[in-house]
Amino acid sequence: MTEVLPPALILLTAAMLIGLTRGHFRSAIVLLSPLVTLWAVWQVPDGVSMTVDFIGYQLEPVEGSALRRLFAMIFSLMTFVGGLYAFRHASALELAVSYAYAASALGVAFAGDLITLFIFWEAMAIFSTAVVWCGGTPMAGRAGKRYAIMHVIGGVILMVGIAGVTVHTGSIEIHAMRAVDISSWMILVGLLINAAAPPVSAWLSDAYPEATSTGAVFLSAFTTKTAVLALILLFPGEPVLIGIGIYMIFYGIIYALLENDARRILAYSIVNQVGFMVCAIGIGTQLALNGAAAHAFAHIIYKGLLFMSAGVVLYRTGKRKCTDLGGLFRTMPLTCVCGIIGALSISSFPLTSGFTTKALISEAALAEGLAVIYFLLAAASAGVFLHAGIKFPWFVFFQKDSGLRPKDAPWNMALAMVLFALICIGLGVFPQPFYALLPYPVEYDAYALGKVLFYLQLLLFSGLAFFLLLPAMKRTLTITLDTDWLWRICLRLLANTLLVTMTAANEAFSRSTWPRFDTMRTWARRHWGDQGVFARSWTIGTTAIWISVLLSGYVLLYYI
Amino acid sequence: MSVERENDHWLVRPRTIRWLWIAFSAVLALVVILQFGIKVKGYFGIDGWLGFGAVFGFLCCVGMVLMAKGLGQFLKREENFYDD
Repeated sequence: MTEVLPPALILLTAAMLIGLTRGHFRSAIVLLSPLVTLWAVWQVPDGVSMTVDFIGYQLEPVEGSALRRLFAMIFSLMTFVGGLYAFRHASALELAVSYAYAASALGVAFAGDLITLFIFWEAMAIFSTAVVWCGGTPMAGRAGKRYAIMHVIGGVILMVGIAGVTVHTGSIEIHAMRAVDISSWMILVGLLINAAAPPVSAWLSDAYPEATSTGAVFLSAFTTKTAVLALILLFPGEPVLIGIGIYMIFYGIIYALLENDARRILAYSIVNQVGFMVCAIGIGTQLALNGAAAHAFAHIIYKGLLFMSAGVVLYRTGKRKCTDLGGLFRTMPLTCVCGIIGALSISSFPLTSGFTTKALISEAALAEGLAVIYFLLAAASAGVFLHAGIKFPWFVFFQKDSGLRPKDAPWNMALAMVLFALICIGLGVFPQPFYALLPYPVEYDAYALGKVLFYLQLLLFSGLAFFLLLPAMKRTLTITLDTDWLWRICLRLLANTLLVTMTAANEAFSRSTWPRFDTMRTWARRHWGDQGVFARSWTIGTTAIWISVLLSGYVLLYYI
Repeated sequence: MSVERENDHWLVRPRTIRWLWIAFSAVLALVVILQFGIKVKGYFGIDGWLGFGAVFGFLCCVGMVLMAKGLGQFLKREENFYDD
């Protein structure tokens, strides 16, 4: 039964065509297919509009709702602007896998059952790994392998959870649940791994910065945000998510403050921003879920914008470390301004998209009387301004004169950035039409004067703190240890130790124990060795005599 | 003042930077003073106090930077730490 064209299928077809075509025809596919997809997303009605029978289960590849369409809409929009940003610079392979990756994310957004969700989930892991590998460096190769292993483990955990829930309930429907038994916990853990939750947040800052300047733009958008959508659908109001979200928020800030690589700063701040969403899902009221969805929407845009601006810098200068950059505002004014708009949005500065969406989450904490969470979220807003809002543009575009005088962005990258920058401001200045798209009705005025004043004080004084503490934040040529130390160093040490121990044990065994078997070995060799009585070849005559003896014996025995 | 500095982009000249600091300080003072005219609703009591946002934001940032510095002592490694 099919009533609609599955949006994921459109983009997946486009991904295949990108590989087969070239020149203007390919560019046309890159630019037009996301728009067709966007149109198809709007055509998806509420409820299940497509079913497929599969090994005795009825799959629902396309199920619509306001929430799912909201995510699918931003995924399509992101693909369009990402495609515009990338189409003249990225390889056909990278464009194709990026589009297939986006298609898989759309598949997850509309998945009506757990099996469909899992299939697209895994497709996303495969194609996103390919995007990391398109980075082309040995570093990207190794980071991609670690990324793939992490997501395969996450996928297996998710699969086991889905199988458990299916056996228990007899249904593969996607419905809100609580983490009460081992199966539901495993689903939750599988989803959280993709959301870069602790203790495995490190995969994100390990892999994303190794992609190309264009690939990172796509990577920043899909994996973590589909996890947010899946969490909203499956675990709204799961209390454990509040704590996990808060941890992610502060983890992102602290690690970003210590980081020297501009793109890794942005990667850490993805974890930080997803933390806000995860926390909101944990609160779980309609207002909070609206906040999580709205923030995911706004986040994809400003984070895409930030990665685009860092991508232009990388594309023009080949550099991404704060210590190598600085003073680029002179020759890259547009990239600088767009980067600043992205930075202000992520910091939820009034009149930008972050302000109108994050406020919903704070408001939800307030409505539930969660004082500690409310103040932690406010502190985190200050921290975001510190690590992403000022630190990123300051160290890349101002700071010191690095002597670099690169050209500004190529026209298509510039256009992509300007588009997203305008949407950031549009969502900030006119939030009401956007609020109307959210899954639940919103009656909220983000621009109550008292609130604006409170956030202006909070943010501007954070800015003061930044400039006063600048000497304490001098960039060093260092990286920061994370839990990935456990598998990159500790696990390898363990494996090496095990190998050395086993080799030594084997040698010791050969030396001490083998001599005891020497007699046995000599005896065996005498009888069965190449000249042994049982092994040497006989002449035909001897064989014939023996055969006749044995046959006569047999005949005799038969008659007795 | 070296001639080179004066020839640099107007935005990085010391004069401009001094003016930027003055303007920034004025804005900081303004957003606190405005609280006399605009009521900031205190949901939990203290968040309605005069300049609470300012002090809270500033102290949180100082705290986070210090915490990052402290953790950095233990967690920072050479860039090529993982090179194999």
